[in-house]
Amino acid sequence: MTALEVMPLWLALPVALLMVIGATLTFLGALGLLRLRTFYERIHAPTLGTSWGTAAILLASLISWGWLQDRVILHEIVIGFFVMITTPVTLMVLGAAALKRDRDDDPGSVPPPVSRPTAPPAAADGAGPAPEPAPGAARR
Amino acid sequence: MTTVTLLFWAATYAQAALALAGCLALLRILIGPRAQDRVLAIDAFYIVAMLLFIVTGMKLGTPFFFEAALVIGICGFVGTVALGKFLLRGEVIE
Repeated sequence: MTALEVMPLWLALPVALLMVIGATLTFLGALGLLRLRTFYERIHAPTLGTSWGTAAILLASLISWGWLQDRVILHEIVIGFFVMITTPVTLMVLGAAALKRDRDDDPGSVPPPVSRPTAPPAAADGAGPAPEPAPGAARR
Repeated sequence: MTTVTLLFWAATYAQAALALAGCLALLRILIGPRAQDRVLAIDAFYIVAMLLFIVTGMKLGTPFFFEAALVIGICGFVGTVALGKFLLRGEVIE
């Protein structure tokens, strides 16, 4: 408790509140990860922890360390920026992987792939390259 | 004195809630019906561990936990994306 002992009350109050809010939101996200039923519902739950759970706890750390060392701390902003950038990438890759695996196992359980807008006219013409976009779209 | 008590209990509550969240994510890793559930739970677990490290470093007053949190954040992202791309390639190993 050496870092937090010398803080005045008007600064300790928002720091404590931000820590409690961030930890509670992260816990609720983990609870949703455990309790929701399908994977496509579950993929939304941990984003509660990666958005405002991370932001609140990093903000509390930023305020307390910045007040203690009497300067502006930028390390927390690096972590927050990194989490903010990488979470959508992770969830897009995971969602695409889950959709592909579900289509491979049981095609009726998930919606079929969206056909390209250029595919129907080519198919109506009966030309040679008509079957070619369809496997590409299905593979994606 | 009351400030120290407030911050101590806020940090203790945050540690307890984050530890419980990590336990729930571990439970999802164990019972996850398919591989993508487990990868998603690993992703949630490393975020929870990173936040727990930051809160612990704030409570103990040492800046060393912070570097560990940074490393966890970067390595966890790379690991999750690698596992997701592996699942996207098909059923090589189930």
